[in-house]
Amino acid sequence: MKAPRLYDPQFEHDNCGIGAVVNIKGEKTHSTVLNALTIVETLKHRAGKDADGKTGDGVGIMLQISHRFFKKATEDIGLNIREERDYGIGMFFFPEDELCRNRAKKMFEIIVEKEGLEFIGWRSVPTNPETLGPKAIACMPHILQGFVRRPAEIDKGLPFDRKLYIVRRIFEQSNDNTYVVSLSSRTIVYKGMFLVGQLKWFFTDLQDLDYESAIAIVHSRFSTNTNPSWQRAHPNRLIVHNGEINTIRGNADRMLAREETMSTALFQGEMHKILPVINSEGSDSAMLDNTLEFLVMSGISLPLAVMLLIPEPWENNPSISDAKRNFYQYYATMMEPWDGPASILFSDGDLVGAVLDRNGLRPSRYYVTDDGQLILSSEVGALKIPAEKIILKERLHPGKMLLVDTVNGRLIQDNNLKESYAKSQPYGEWVDRNLVHLKDLQIPNKKVEIYSHEARIRLQKAFGYTYEEVKTSILPMAKTGGEPIASMGTDSPLPILSGECQPLFNYFKQLFAQVTNPPIDAIREEVVTSTTVYIGQEGNLLEEKADNCKMIKVSNPILTSTDILKIKSMKIPGFKVETIPITYYKSTSLVKALDRLFLEVDRAYRDGVNILILSDRGVDENHVAIPSLLAVSALEHYLVRTKKRTAVAMILESAEPREVHHFATLLGYGACAINPYLAQESIQELIDNNLLDKDYYAAVNDYNHAILHGIVKIASKMGISTLQSYQGSQIFEAIGIHKKVIDQYFTNTVSRIGGIDIKDIEEQIEKLHSKAFDPLGLGIELSLNSSGGHKYRSQKCEHLYNPQTIHLLQQAVRMNDYDVFKEYSANINDEKRAMNLRSLLEFNYPKEGIPVDEVESVDSIVRRFKTGAMSYGSISKEAHETLAVAMNEIHGKSNSGEGGESLDRLESNRCSAIKQVASGRFGVTSKYLVSANEIQIKMAQGAKPGEGGHLPGEKVYPWVAKTRHSTPGVGLISPPPHHDIYSIEDLAQLIYDLKNANKEARISVKLVSETGVGTVAAGVAKAGAQVILVSGYDGGTGAAPRTSIYNAGLPWELGLAETHQTLMMNGLRQKVVLETDGKLMTGRDVAIAAILGAEEYGFATAPLVAMGCVMMRVCNLDTCPVGIATQNPKLRKRFKGKPEHVVHLMHFIAGELREYMAKLGIRTLDELIGRTDLLRVKKNINATWASKIDLSAVLDNSFIDHKAAGIKFDKEQSYDFELEKTIDERVLLKEFKSALKTGRKKTITIDVSNIDRTLGTIFGAEITRKYHDTLKDDTFTVKCNGSGGQSFGAFIPNGLTLELAGDSNDYFGKGLSGGNLILYPPAKANFKADENIIVGNVALYGATSGKAMIDGVAGERFAVRNSGAIAVVCGVGDHGCEYMTGGRVAVLGRTGKNFAAGMSGGIAYVLDEDRDFYTRVNKELVSLEEVASKYDVKELKDMIEEFVKRTNSLKGKMVLENFAEYLPQFKKVLPHDYSHMQSAIARMEEKGFSSETAQIEAFYESQRG
Amino acid sequence: MGKPTGFLDYDRQCGFAALPEDRIKHFNEFHISLSKREQEKQGARCMECGVPFCQSGLMLGGMVSGCPLNNLIPEWNDLIYTGNWEQALRRLLKTNNFPEFTARVCPAPCEAACTCALNGEPVSIKENEHGIIESAFLDGLIKAAVPKVRTGKKVAIVGSGPAGLAAADQLNKRGHQVTVFERDDRIGGLLMYGIPNMKLEKHVIERRVAIMMEEGIQFVTNTNVGKDYQAAKLLEAYDSVILTCGASNPRDLNVQGRDLNGIYFAVDFLKSTTKSLLISDLADQKYISAKDKKVLVIGGGDTGNDCVATSIRHGAAGIVQLEMMPKAPDEREDSNPWPEWPKVLKTDYGQEESIAVFGSDPRVFGTTVKEFISDEAGNVKQALTVMLEWKKDPDDGRIKMSEIPGSEKLIEVDLVLIAAGFLGSEPYVTEAFDVETDGRTNIKTKQGSYETANEKVFAAGDTRRGQSLVVWAIKEGREAAKCVDQKLMGYTNLE
Repeated sequence: MKAPRLYDPQFEHDNCGIGAVVNIKGEKTHSTVLNALTIVETLKHRAGKDADGKTGDGVGIMLQISHRFFKKATEDIGLNIREERDYGIGMFFFPEDELCRNRAKKMFEIIVEKEGLEFIGWRSVPTNPETLGPKAIACMPHILQGFVRRPAEIDKGLPFDRKLYIVRRIFEQSNDNTYVVSLSSRTIVYKGMFLVGQLKWFFTDLQDLDYESAIAIVHSRFSTNTNPSWQRAHPNRLIVHNGEINTIRGNADRMLAREETMSTALFQGEMHKILPVINSEGSDSAMLDNTLEFLVMSGISLPLAVMLLIPEPWENNPSISDAKRNFYQYYATMMEPWDGPASILFSDGDLVGAVLDRNGLRPSRYYVTDDGQLILSSEVGALKIPAEKIILKERLHPGKMLLVDTVNGRLIQDNNLKESYAKSQPYGEWVDRNLVHLKDLQIPNKKVEIYSHEARIRLQKAFGYTYEEVKTSILPMAKTGGEPIASMGTDSPLPILSGECQPLFNYFKQLFAQVTNPPIDAIREEVVTSTTVYIGQEGNLLEEKADNCKMIKVSNPILTSTDILKIKSMKIPGFKVETIPITYYKSTSLVKALDRLFLEVDRAYRDGVNILILSDRGVDENHVAIPSLLAVSALEHYLVRTKKRTAVAMILESAEPREVHHFATLLGYGACAINPYLAQESIQELIDNNLLDKDYYAAVNDYNHAILHGIVKIASKMGISTLQSYQGSQIFEAIGIHKKVIDQYFTNTVSRIGGIDIKDIEEQIEKLHSKAFDPLGLGIELSLNSSGGHKYRSQKCEHLYNPQTIHLLQQAVRMNDYDVFKEYSANINDEKRAMNLRSLLEFNYPKEGIPVDEVESVDSIVRRFKTGAMSYGSISKEAHETLAVAMNEIHGKSNSGEGGESLDRLESNRCSAIKQVASGRFGVTSKYLVSANEIQIKMAQGAKPGEGGHLPGEKVYPWVAKTRHSTPGVGLISPPPHHDIYSIEDLAQLIYDLKNANKEARISVKLVSETGVGTVAAGVAKAGAQVILVSGYDGGTGAAPRTSIYNAGLPWELGLAETHQTLMMNGLRQKVVLETDGKLMTGRDVAIAAILGAEEYGFATAPLVAMGCVMMRVCNLDTCPVGIATQNPKLRKRFKGKPEHVVHLMHFIAGELREYMAKLGIRTLDELIGRTDLLRVKKNINATWASKIDLSAVLDNSFIDHKAAGIKFDKEQSYDFELEKTIDERVLLKEFKSALKTGRKKTITIDVSNIDRTLGTIFGAEITRKYHDTLKDDTFTVKCNGSGGQSFGAFIPNGLTLELAGDSNDYFGKGLSGGNLILYPPAKANFKADENIIVGNVALYGATSGKAMIDGVAGERFAVRNSGAIAVVCGVGDHGCEYMTGGRVAVLGRTGKNFAAGMSGGIAYVLDEDRDFYTRVNKELVSLEEVASKYDVKELKDMIEEFVKRTNSLKGKMVLENFAEYLPQFKKVLPHDYSHMQSAIARMEEKGFSSETAQIEAFYESQRG
Repeated sequence: MGKPTGFLDYDRQCGFAALPEDRIKHFNEFHISLSKREQEKQGARCMECGVPFCQSGLMLGGMVSGCPLNNLIPEWNDLIYTGNWEQALRRLLKTNNFPEFTARVCPAPCEAACTCALNGEPVSIKENEHGIIESAFLDGLIKAAVPKVRTGKKVAIVGSGPAGLAAADQLNKRGHQVTVFERDDRIGGLLMYGIPNMKLEKHVIERRVAIMMEEGIQFVTNTNVGKDYQAAKLLEAYDSVILTCGASNPRDLNVQGRDLNGIYFAVDFLKSTTKSLLISDLADQKYISAKDKKVLVIGGGDTGNDCVATSIRHGAAGIVQLEMMPKAPDEREDSNPWPEWPKVLKTDYGQEESIAVFGSDPRVFGTTVKEFISDEAGNVKQALTVMLEWKKDPDDGRIKMSEIPGSEKLIEVDLVLIAAGFLGSEPYVTEAFDVETDGRTNIKTKQGSYETANEKVFAAGDTRRGQSLVVWAIKEGREAAKCVDQKLMGYTNLE
């Protein structure tokens, strides 16, 4: 089966479950092996499998070489391997073909000999293939072990392994049909395409009781795809990895470039055998492994190498020691962080370590037992350990490392380990002597060049500035220091179709993280971000020396003109700066100009220049500038290719960049720092023109800050938290650029539909230049033109929604006049215009169609129609309900959006059929979920994929606050990531949770079109989703930064086609319903969507326009003049929309669709799905570059004949959740059957383990269905013993209590909806409850009510987005109570850092015995107070009393017994706005208002300010 | 955006018109503008729409909605709100060469399409424009800017109405040598003599023409190309010619008694008054006077209204104004929703004055004249009117009018003014240049262009599109200039 055209293996992602069992004293036993295998088997739900469930994504184990075992095994076949560590074992995946295999084997033997080693012999590894799935068997390699003898002159251990490493690298480069799984004298890896249970059975070696090891590391893989691959399974040579390296592209490029500067005596004369360090075909984990291995072999100790690749966030962390800071600073100048969610286990056979990424985005829990075992795993409970044997229960903390030295039998904690490395060299002195801070450079006695008014305008015109850019982008940024917000998505053409000269930047779309890796919350979790970059020649990473850090440290890479002047004239030994022009004569060749640039740079390099300043100052009548992005990227790739990249740094001085996105692309393609001199001059112009009343320098600073902030956000969307790693990371997809340009100047950037070539770019430059400098010097109008880009301007940029179409559409639906609708759609579908990709296509009609009345009816078609997810709150009650009523009437589906829904609607015709679950979890209660037909998980939204939402306080009217369980007048923020989805297996878990919360509902996952979305979708299908929505970038009704609206995401045509193709390739297509949306406006749009693979269709702007929206694009301002996107009662009265308007629209669209179907000869929509043979590319389109677009990949129909594989959804084949196997179904529903009927009290007791996930949720849903929230506390009680699985007690309602003696995993009490959760250590436990971790990450995420009493410490992100639950806990990790909007939390112990970030409601009481809590609080929104008021004291005391009563907590008792002494040590964490509103409400109530009116009055009072 | 909540915070406020009983005593403009501060507040009412219908110039149901010039209305509204009047002027002048004309005489389709009008009163766009341009003149911001480079190309423009002036202005800025020919004694075409002084004081035109002359445009008056000046000669002397001669051929009334004394075309009536006013402040008496006459104005449009107002200022004894169409409703009908031009009853200044002077609206709707009846001296004495009804033709669906039998009525008249619109260009010009015309005698140009069949000859304005608004004329003049520039230079940098 050939791979479809839009799919590319580089898009693949994986995530996983990991585990390790280590005997700290180094005693080798077989039980270590067995225990590790048990762990991996109980992490089944974290592993992926293919469509038929028989082939796994990959499982593996890394062990010490068991001499006892191999001695025996080799003796059997007559090999003499001598003593322990006198030999190395290579584990090989050889080709099945005998000749190839023999050649490869021979080659290996020769290489071994040539390198001066002795080859001992081969051992065929005994296997049991019959246990495997057919796909795994089909591509099963021939597995052999090769033995190599250690020469006497080479020491045991690392030196011998180093030699083996050279052998392996030579072999790998001379053989590409063989994969070396491992080749070491200390460790060996067994892995393959297994389901978790198959590993042990496949490799009989592992079952041998003689196989002993002190170290065992296991890994199970959940891949987005099921493309067969044995080698992609973990472990790699040194690591197993759960997570994703987001910055991989930049890291890999940099490693390639670094090869020139890295040298070590250890590889004297042999480096060429090793390089390249990185095998570019590997996964991100493999590349990290390559790099780590290289560093270790080059003499850097293993833990140190890990530290410098994955540093903890040190820059903005005040509590880090000076020595560590200097250490990190030193290495930061040479190595950018490998950034992304990661829990990594590593071992060289002596040391075993584990490290967690700086954000702590993957779970890693460990126990230490009294017999010296360390058991670490993604989940607790994977291995059953008697409670009394455990002496420590801990977790890996964000950015921290844990190390076991099995040789010396020591467990080393993070701080000791790192301090000892930090003190091993005088890093502080080195940094002090060599690192130059930009701010410390002297300002020379020189003026910054300033332009006249006329020169400015001419330059602005030459670089294509528009009036809007200056007025609505540069101006607000200079004024407020923030990015401008816009709304209603985009409806204008892609740059290539616009016919306008758009800056090259606009052809590049930002990629963003969805599902497989999370976006980072750069705003609330700023502590982990860093904007520092280093400029200069990079040092030699492999040799620790002072000179290495001779660099300029720049904390903001957006430079002022003064900054660049300082750099240009700096005179510090070791730095040589030269300015290289990137201008050329007009009407000469751009290609030649680039070639000249390369020559100039080569010359400068030879002259010893190490800082290049590329400058386009000097554009005049006969000079034009190379587009800055082209210059930067071309040069970056040239430098990488010619291995000069690390020797020179590249700064850009350019007039061109002015918008956030421009800077983001420049940094992303390799610029170190940028001086946007014309953007800054434009600020001067604004000041001169009285449009900005501000000090120039302050304004420029604010502008620079806004840009920087915007870039950090763009990086964070991709899950990258440091600009140093972002730099050169190339996380963009080009759309509309010819392959030749890409290959030459933007190597490896994805560009799938062709587009403009270098000549076209050249023409655009000249065209713009001629507008600025008239070729004959004639008079031109010296003011900037309006482009009509976002807001419409007649005769300018085209928009789908323009005065004509809006008017026609509204007339059509109001008069129910199909003819008028046809006028409207004729306008949208205008044959000659090319507004979007679908307009480049036309139907391939058969000779004869069929009569329309033979086509599936309108009523049947509209059942597949949905309206977009718009929250109540973002739009008015009237508008929201009108949509619901209309869609219910036609049996389509409306979508609640992320804002809850008021109770009175849930059982009426105003109930939204689709209930959305987004990162904010507003109003996501059991009742809300139970009321849904479909539950949609929003991973991203078209307007701003990768970003969170923000409902400003002014729009949080009391009625909105009520459905969102928040406080009126207090702004609400949805975080960028779902805090319970940091990877694909997490999504699988949420899908599972929601399915439990409402068995009847379909679970849908909303993705946004981007490169690789198909691969993500494949993973989502494997995770159990039944509907996958691929949204276009152009949709989006909500407010979003303008940069995101235009520059992130892709048209749905690409994403949908890719998804459809990829799902078919994986045999997953029939498991899911595909849906698409994004400016679907006519029947033609729907027909094309169906043909490209969509079975359901979403509409958002069109129904809004039908209800009266006139595309004001002020949704973010609460001033919608037609009463739709507003809560202002005055404006809401203006709402004139009626359900029938929406119904008419849907009928019209379906009607038009039928006409197309009739002409195509298609009777039912099902028959139309995926029929790309019915489409072809239109000829003679009236758009400048349209003919350059190549859509053949979109129309790829290699699967059209594979109907057997299924090209549309088939209900029979949908994912089986196996809910009948849950405790809820097997036990709870049965045991409580009669009690549930009567509502009588009942208690039962059960045992649980980590495989019992989402316990209580199905039962909870039944309670909600029957009683809603009317049951009394503790009506039904389930007492559990053991380790609770993930999502223990998710969404459980009033009346249900789950009590657990033991510990629990991540997502404990997710979405708690009124139930009680009690958690405490088993009675036999010997450890202190309040010092040991008892529950995993993200407990009580999105809880809305209920209670959680936890006698122990919780992991990171405790009670995130809690809006009403009450919780008591002994301690929490980082980011506790983040985004909380209501409820109460008492912490009777230490918290991690960044407590209460974004917390806008509720109260937290924290026992601060060390009086240093203030250092760990994010005080942006909250203040710390004494617990003084009578009411507070009572509340706190009541909470602790209940806590003690429920859990018997010793800590709780101690606090209660000495309450008077403890009370002063409690801090009350109170959000400012919340406190302000609460007191205003109280004041109003005192005035005699009812509680409801008091809220409204208080709200208006706050509005008035 | 001006102020996001401006449209909720402030009510629409316009300048004040002098009371009818006062203003009819003179022929001067009678609007008193808001103070600058007040006008700024009006700017705040603009919502800066995502889709500003106000500047769309869209044809809906045969009427224009929004500004045909695509004036950057939201941009300058915002700028005046923030007090940046000079910047506002720069944005205004980007699309409109002569805001001082349009701010006085335009019926403001922009305001009809303003989104604020969807649920209330539109932004006072026209007065904002007036404020911008007049304060600019006051502050000395409107100055001659002589082009630095000349192209050596010569362009002749025939007709000095708004289209001709706009084309001349645009081409001169590009450095072409422009000569404007005008058959009348004063520059301005319809602006000068078609619109009475009360609406557009003539020094406003002269002020603009003076600047244009300073910038190097040559104006030749009293020269009727095609009659006094041979077209061939013109074509030889100039590289390009633009015909902007207007649609000056008035539509006549084909009824018995049309040739009686005392029956005039409105345009002649208005022109005579203006001319006399400018020469002698009416002292020379060389104008068609309505003094003490019973005036019958035929036609309910702007020109008809101008006739009413002018007649009142002459001292007419009584005025009747006939309008063929039925009386429009007071409010929009459902079939005529925003942003379509509101087909509602509008009482213009002349009618207001008539009400003030005679106590009643002069308009009689759904009525036309069937016959004029003379006195013995051949002067018109009476008019026989008849009422009309409008019905949909069941055959072709078109609405057709027919007389209502028995509804005839005789009225006494001394002076009849025919303001029934214009038909198109006058044949002597089109024939002289040998350019094709369409059925309505409008000059034909190539599809999407202003070039006629003769590649040296271009046409723009009413002469090309038929009788229309000043804004359309300016728009066409600008676009024709762009075509000419492209033609002459091989490229153009005109917008």
